[in-house]
Amino acid sequence: MPRREILQGNWIVAEAAIAAGCRFYAGYPITPSSELAARIAEKLPHMGGVFIQMEDEIASMGAIIGASCCGVKSMTATSGPGFSLKQENIGFAAMAEIPCVIVNVMRTGPSTGLPTRPSQGDVMQAKWGTHGDHPIIVLAPSFPREVYLSTIRAFNLSEKFRNPVIILLDEVLGHSFEVVDIPDSDEYEIMDRERPPRGSNEFNYYDREPGKPPVVPDFFTGYSVHIESLEHDDRGMPTNAAENVKKQQFLRLAKIEKNLDEILEWKEHYLDDAEIMIFAFGTSARASLEAIKELREEGIKIGLFQPITIWPFPERPLAKKLEKIKKVLVVEMNMGQIIYEVERTASDDVRIDGLFKVDGTSITPIEIINKVKELYL
Amino acid sequence: MNLSYEKLIRYEMYPVYWCPGCGIGVVFKSILISFDKLGWDPNEIAFISGIGCTSRMPGYLKANTIHTTHGRALTFATGIKLVKPDKKVVVVSGDGDALAIGGNHFLHACRRNIDIKLIIVNNGVYGMTGGQVSPTTPEGFFTETTPYGNIDPEFDTVKIAEAAGATYVARESVTRPFLLSKIIEKSLSHKGFAVVEVISNCHINLGRKNKMRNQLKMLKWIDERIVPLSKASSMTPEELKGKLVTGEFVNKQKPEYVEQYYTQIIGKVKELQAEFDL
Ligand SMILES: Cc1ncc(C[n+]2csc(CCOP(=O)(O)OP(=O)(O)O)c2C)c(N)n1
Repeated sequence: MPRREILQGNWIVAEAAIAAGCRFYAGYPITPSSELAARIAEKLPHMGGVFIQMEDEIASMGAIIGASCCGVKSMTATSGPGFSLKQENIGFAAMAEIPCVIVNVMRTGPSTGLPTRPSQGDVMQAKWGTHGDHPIIVLAPSFPREVYLSTIRAFNLSEKFRNPVIILLDEVLGHSFEVVDIPDSDEYEIMDRERPPRGSNEFNYYDREPGKPPVVPDFFTGYSVHIESLEHDDRGMPTNAAENVKKQQFLRLAKIEKNLDEILEWKEHYLDDAEIMIFAFGTSARASLEAIKELREEGIKIGLFQPITIWPFPERPLAKKLEKIKKVLVVEMNMGQIIYEVERTASDDVRIDGLFKVDGTSITPIEIINKVKELYL
Repeated sequence: MNLSYEKLIRYEMYPVYWCPGCGIGVVFKSILISFDKLGWDPNEIAFISGIGCTSRMPGYLKANTIHTTHGRALTFATGIKLVKPDKKVVVVSGDGDALAIGGNHFLHACRRNIDIKLIIVNNGVYGMTGGQVSPTTPEGFFTETTPYGNIDPEFDTVKIAEAAGATYVARESVTRPFLLSKIIEKSLSHKGFAVVEVISNCHINLGRKNKMRNQLKMLKWIDERIVPLSKASSMTPEELKGKLVTGEFVNKQKPEYVEQYYTQIIGKVKELQAEFDL
């Protein structure tokens, strides 16, 4: 039986993480993410899991990677400044292909910024925050139930593709108390990383078919496993032989690029007959949806493209929609970040405008309505 | 010759990364001997490091090993120990790795008294990056980044570890390999957070700039400064200036962090579950 509850967004993530099998959490308090840690600190011991408040965000990120090397599903949560601190070790997880989930409840930046105010300013940092070319998966849900299901999916995708997965919420989504229909466990799948048969011989675990993740043995299961922050060969050992570097870089990207069908998730609202498209995620998508409903009452054919996976960017599904719709308003709580991806995806005959806001308040439906009328009517 | 600890070595990784005559090799051998003497099953060992010359060690040990990011080895190790409380977790670190970039993690690992062993190879310099000043470079020494002499005071690893709450703290030198092996073996058998500082030589990157071009000169310089703890206790602060006191400084029992977590936190929850039929 699905449960109906009133929960804060941060709590929904905590609840879903536990349902997804998360048994290790390490974090450092920061507004507006702290309630997530509080909730999971209370719940994890009930499942035999471990919660630890580390000395900082760098330590928390290291600890969850360590736990994950032992095969335990692990998560951390933070906001802006803490997200910046985690970047180096997020890169480690991408390089060594260690599953883990990082939640970033975005606040207005840069620097300490506005701790209690929402933002969507970390879109680009989520993808490019750490150095080097590396794959990443970023989910940005909009509604309470979506937050729950995206958290489950974040663990599933991180396990399946052995990659860090980032969940982006914003202060409004993290802090709002809302009614949520918690899905029943038969409404979703739980995935675990592939494991080599116990006690089989040593093997080259970073060598695999393009499109597949490596099968790195868990610690203490009978293998001599070496995990590296340096570029490594098929066996996990450091090397800078050019041929090998090329191979490993390619394999890491290919495991994401070749599985877009499984990774990409998006929603289309009122787009079938639409002449104008709004492109928005997170709480901006919710405000947009409200605006669309009102505009539709006035007879304006407008709809919403709502990506849930924002990295990798849902290029193909968006491009398909843009074959018919030639006007797009990108709504985001930043100075214009995801709009670049929309521009990159669209052909020259598509008109693309932006509605951006960075004053620490969220975008309202009326602002969107006014902008649509100003630009297109 | 087939030595009994050879089974612990990843020979396919040889030759080693270190310069000829480097003290890190002595420390690695001491660690291998200790694992072997204690009969530790490599499958039960996690051997973790940060970044630096010392931190290359895990690549050569046939166990569960991670070469992490600079200064962060203790954080990875903490995650491992928390989810696998019955396994043996050992960290190796350089002085810059452990005390500069990783200084905060070092303090908090000491404070928690988590059952991790930390072996710091203190060569008084940033070896891997070519010999810049480190928190343990002696005052007045010339390095790449102190071309006019070092004015930064030296950290005393032992005092910091003790003050922060480590329950086993010792210092030894690569010039006394038998004592070193003994101390490492003892630290590994200790329950709680154990710190062993090993004074080592970097004749290439520190010695060359300070009139100690080869390892023998540098080892001699280290050895001449050593004062065993028993002797040091009757010496005045003036007499001890510039000396390196070696021996076992702390060896005590205190509740261990991970055990506390499993007995106190999870134990308490289980009691509550039983009481309220949760
Ligand atoms: C975040 C970061 N900063 C700087 C470096 C560059 N770096 C590599 S090793 C090292 C210092 C090594 O010195 P130490 O820890 O004393 O170890 P040693 O090489 O002497 O064994 C530095 C600064 C790095 N890899 N990562």
